[in-house]
Amino acid sequence: MSDSGIGLEAGRIALAGRLLDLSASLRPGEVTAICGPNGAGKSSLLSCLAGLLAPDGGEVRLGGVPLSALPPRTRARAIGFLPQTAEVAWDISVETLVGLGRLPWGDTAAGPVEAALAAMRLEDLRRRPLSRLSGGERARALLARVLAGEPRWLLADEPLANLDLAHGAALIARLRALAAGGMGVVLVLHDLAQAMNHADRVLVISGGRLIADGPPDEALHQDVVAVVWGIKARWLGEPGHRALALG
Amino acid sequence: MTRPLTLLLIALALALPLSLLAGRVWLDPFGDLPDNALIILLELRLPRALLALLIGAGLGASGAAMQGYLRNPLADPGLFGIAPGAALGAVLSFWTGWAAAPFALPAFALAGAAGAMALLALIAGRSGSVTLFTLAGMMIASLAGALMSLAISLSPTPFALSEIVTWLMGAVSDRSWRDVWIALVPTMAGIALLRAAGPALDALTLGEAAARSLGVEPRRLQVLMVAGVGLCVGSGVAVAGIIGFVGLIVPHLMRRFTDRRPSQLIVPSALAGALLLLAADVLCRVLPLAGGELRLGIALSLLGAPFFLALLLRMRRELA
Repeated sequence: MSDSGIGLEAGRIALAGRLLDLSASLRPGEVTAICGPNGAGKSSLLSCLAGLLAPDGGEVRLGGVPLSALPPRTRARAIGFLPQTAEVAWDISVETLVGLGRLPWGDTAAGPVEAALAAMRLEDLRRRPLSRLSGGERARALLARVLAGEPRWLLADEPLANLDLAHGAALIARLRALAAGGMGVVLVLHDLAQAMNHADRVLVISGGRLIADGPPDEALHQDVVAVVWGIKARWLGEPGHRALALG
Repeated sequence: MTRPLTLLLIALALALPLSLLAGRVWLDPFGDLPDNALIILLELRLPRALLALLIGAGLGASGAAMQGYLRNPLADPGLFGIAPGAALGAVLSFWTGWAAAPFALPAFALAGAAGAMALLALIAGRSGSVTLFTLAGMMIASLAGALMSLAISLSPTPFALSEIVTWLMGAVSDRSWRDVWIALVPTMAGIALLRAAGPALDALTLGEAAARSLGVEPRRLQVLMVAGVGLCVGSGVAVAGIIGFVGLIVPHLMRRFTDRRPSQLIVPSALAGALLLLAADVLCRVLPLAGGELRLGIALSLLGAPFFLALLLRMRRELA
């Protein structure tokens, strides 16, 4: 395994009373989507991969080293985590928010902060307080905060929730670009069409088990959708532009 | 150094010497001085002013850190239950009659603060959860408050009762250099610990999960907060009784002059808290009041509440 890989090894990771029979090795340079019905444990799995939740059994390894054995700061430098709740307690400016991403490094290096602002096209908004941002700008600013830490892995919980179609598409394009640049991107996605069209690999979990793991065409095949989500649905359209038709 | 910090330091440098001139006996540096002027200055007013500065700084820094820790602008150092714990210790020293012995009162108060801190750490356990911790603090505050009321209601003599009630109102009058030394080291150490907690408090701006993903160790932060707030507030209560308001109002006033990160608020709040307490104490000394002096806790509310209300009115206009 490469030393920038997160190996989910040892299998049978128990989380919050559920037994996830899970063994997977995620690869950098890919967008991996975690899908599943409500309550399947998607967010718990992501927290576990980020080292925020200790599994009851098994272990998550980063480059062969168990996350629990890594100093928190070392882990924080390698794995950037974007939680689902976009709460920010104080009305700080965009620039200050993005600067918080440097905390694991203990510096305020201008270079990475500037690069993150540029990557999310936030240069003109840098002095603006968060309370005066639109939803899309806010989502970009929060992602820029993670990027400022220059992590090798980006783990995001429902990053597209609360974004309209255009902003969602713009954000996913940026996430794809990050993966193309070599970053490992792991997303919990609710919208199966987003996962189908934009992920390189999809993990489907349900009832405490890994149901499918593979390219979206296979992992989200309509037969899988029927079993896991309990609905009859068909994929329409060309690869990369698919839509799910119910019924 | 930033502009507000410079202005605060200049204001403090001007206010401290001026405050020494004010009091029941006004000292006119350009006129005739009474014979005992030097004694008044060095033995009465200087320790008193330094004590006001120290306690104000500790309360201001604690308030700023608490608001950052709880991510709530309404948080106050009293929430951890450390001040009520210290006050309970002090009340017990009156109640048992030990208060008359030298160092007994501050020792009892510090023991009370330490007891509250230990109980807090014990209840909150290893989880590092902010909610659990705050609830534990509020429980301890209410328990200490109840025990204090019990001690007051069972007060052995009317004299002890009046001592307790007066002491609880908070004051830095009739304090000596001894009290300055008692407060100096714990307050400075407390502020240093709270400053060390600064980066973790900044991370907490993004919520607990994001803070942990940035490498924050909740348990370590909790220890820094309990020790920092405990040292500042505990030593403050030990020498001056309960002084409210500073920890709540000062971070509010200073936040607008910072980039709003909690770490950037701690030192300005310490300086502004020192200035506010010094000003309030001068008010206590110069306001003519039959039968003694205005108590510092009361003066602070008189000075701070209208100011705070004006601030709220302005906020309301901004929101409209």
